[in-house]
Amino acid sequence: MQAALLIAAKDLRQRLRDRSAIGIAVVVPLALAAIFGLIFHNVTSGGVSCTCKLGLVDEDHGAAARAFETQAIRPLEREGLISVRREPTLAAGRMATDSGTVGATFVLGRGFTRAIDGGRPAKVLVLADVGSPITVQVAASIARFYASRSDTIRLAGTVLGPNSATALRAAATAQPISLLDISTTSKQLSTGTFYAAGMAVFFLFFTVQFGILSVIDERRDGTLARMLAAPIRRSSVLGGKLLTSLALGVLSMTVLAVATHLLLGAQWGNLLGVAILVVSGVLAATAVMALVATVAHTSDQAQAWGSMVALVLGMLGGTFFPVSHAGGALALLSLATPQAWFMRGIQDLAGGASARVVLGPTLAILVFAVITGSLAFARSKRLVAS
Amino acid sequence: MLASSSDRPAVLEVLELRKRFGELEAVRGVSFRVAEGETYGLLGPNGAGKTTTISMICGLLEPDAGGVVVAGRPLTTRSVQAKAAIGYVPQELAIYPDLSARENLRFFARLYGLSRREAERRVEEVLGVIGLTDRAREQTKRFSGGMQRRLNIGMGLLQKPRLLVLDEPTVGVDPQSRNAILESIEQLSAEGMGVLYTTHYMEEAERLCDRIGIVDLGELKAEGTRAELVSLVGEKDRVQLEGAGDLEAGAAASMQLGAVAAASVQNGKIQLLVEGARNLLPELLLTVAASGVRVGAVEVDEPNLEAVFLHLTGKALRD
Repeated sequence: MQAALLIAAKDLRQRLRDRSAIGIAVVVPLALAAIFGLIFHNVTSGGVSCTCKLGLVDEDHGAAARAFETQAIRPLEREGLISVRREPTLAAGRMATDSGTVGATFVLGRGFTRAIDGGRPAKVLVLADVGSPITVQVAASIARFYASRSDTIRLAGTVLGPNSATALRAAATAQPISLLDISTTSKQLSTGTFYAAGMAVFFLFFTVQFGILSVIDERRDGTLARMLAAPIRRSSVLGGKLLTSLALGVLSMTVLAVATHLLLGAQWGNLLGVAILVVSGVLAATAVMALVATVAHTSDQAQAWGSMVALVLGMLGGTFFPVSHAGGALALLSLATPQAWFMRGIQDLAGGASARVVLGPTLAILVFAVITGSLAFARSKRLVAS
Repeated sequence: MLASSSDRPAVLEVLELRKRFGELEAVRGVSFRVAEGETYGLLGPNGAGKTTTISMICGLLEPDAGGVVVAGRPLTTRSVQAKAAIGYVPQELAIYPDLSARENLRFFARLYGLSRREAERRVEEVLGVIGLTDRAREQTKRFSGGMQRRLNIGMGLLQKPRLLVLDEPTVGVDPQSRNAILESIEQLSAEGMGVLYTTHYMEEAERLCDRIGIVDLGELKAEGTRAELVSLVGEKDRVQLEGAGDLEAGAAASMQLGAVAAASVQNGKIQLLVEGARNLLPELLLTVAASGVRVGAVEVDEPNLEAVFLHLTGKALRD
């Protein structure tokens, strides 16, 4: 064990002096997380939320219009998912939309409340800025949602009064509507957190290569032979390299988690849960790269194959885009990657859940680590042959 | 005066080592012994099997057959204690370029089981031996080739090994550094360390080695002291005398000496074939002078290991 620690300490010293290693482990993932966070700031899709700028013109001034604002709009505003600018007239709303000040504007025309109260179809007009298709989609979804449920809004009763017809109809409904249903994104990751976690786990698979794959460099440079000639067990050499990978992986993930929290506002969630996910993720990354090391014959080959494996698993695992939303075979295939389970674990933690929620994802990651690690172990003799 | 190598205890015994790589039989039943304080040279061309033999001796390669005993302990690739007795200096530079000389030495000292304190002490001693104390804090990638070579050797000395194994340590080294390296090895041998030295430089083997094993195509063709190997070939020294006077008479007079096997005059010089020319030279010069020849220059050409190698293998050492 002492020899393994000596080798790991030596390797860490070398890696920390190697600026490219620090770049891969910390700087690049941090920079990419920031860049992606900015690019996709206005995207809302699946697990990614945004703050869409919307307008609202209330020409009705009735109870239903107020209910639309208080029940459909404000909860989303409070979540920070949308911001709404109140416009006094239709013309002002149109101007704000045309100028791009807002991406879309709701227009509640005159007679909106009367229509609902009379049981007739009520119209919510959405003025769209063609330059903001995603915001328009969001606005249309909110309007459609409200329109489709307008005859069963129990909460509207609190606005209209307990004796109104609407309130009576709503009271007869078995399943009251909650607008929180459309704000489930609050349990999902913010853009900053998504890309912070995605880039961290994506580059983790590159970072751990600096440990285990260095055994091939040492074979090429003759220092492995020198170590094997020393009075230590061959397993100590392998153990030292694995320790290096684990230490680098945990170190880079920790630095990235702290840095993205402080610099990008990423919310990783429960610390214990994150720590469990990080450690299991590092184990999986180290195991798969150890397997790569046993297959490769040269240092260049190991680097190339390691990068390919990291890239494919990372893309498939949804570290850049949430692959699970693609559905079908791709979503199913992504479950074979530790990255997908890591992202799922972070997503589960993002709603403020306890560490218990990551048990499932952690188990899946560890199964991956055990399978690839066992294969690597079976071939490990080849790795420390001089 | 040191006892002969056969009287001193062995630090290395190599017994019928064999190693095959696919179709190629790289080492074919090699056996030899190195005693304490003895420098044993394995002399052979590139590809003769020297490095493969060394790799098995140092526990890097498992032999197909045969065995290695180091300081009384059998050695395999899984041995730990037997390896502690060996200081290994590989042919290629095996140092970390991004670590300093001191860090390189400290790492291997600790790997060889030296305590932190002992390691620090030995590191400073070795830095002194290899003349790198002033540059100890520099990353070795800034070192010259000769300095890197010296560090490469120093890393094999850290634990004061009983057997130092050097695999062609002077390849690619400038003459000044080469001389410094050879002097260090002579010094270590004089201190009682057993040294196994592989080379394809005949001059190094002749200078350093008490005994030499000649290797070719994975076989130990012959071994012994330089004199024993030369006598094995049976070649005589060539002596060339340049001078004025009756050269024919001088040649004839020299034939009266028993050690002179042949004498002739060619290109205005007396050409002689002599057994033990160095010892005979004073008497030979007196005899020739007595015949009326005034000798102006003498050239002695002794049979060397190159000739021995040629005789044993049918090819030159550097082929």
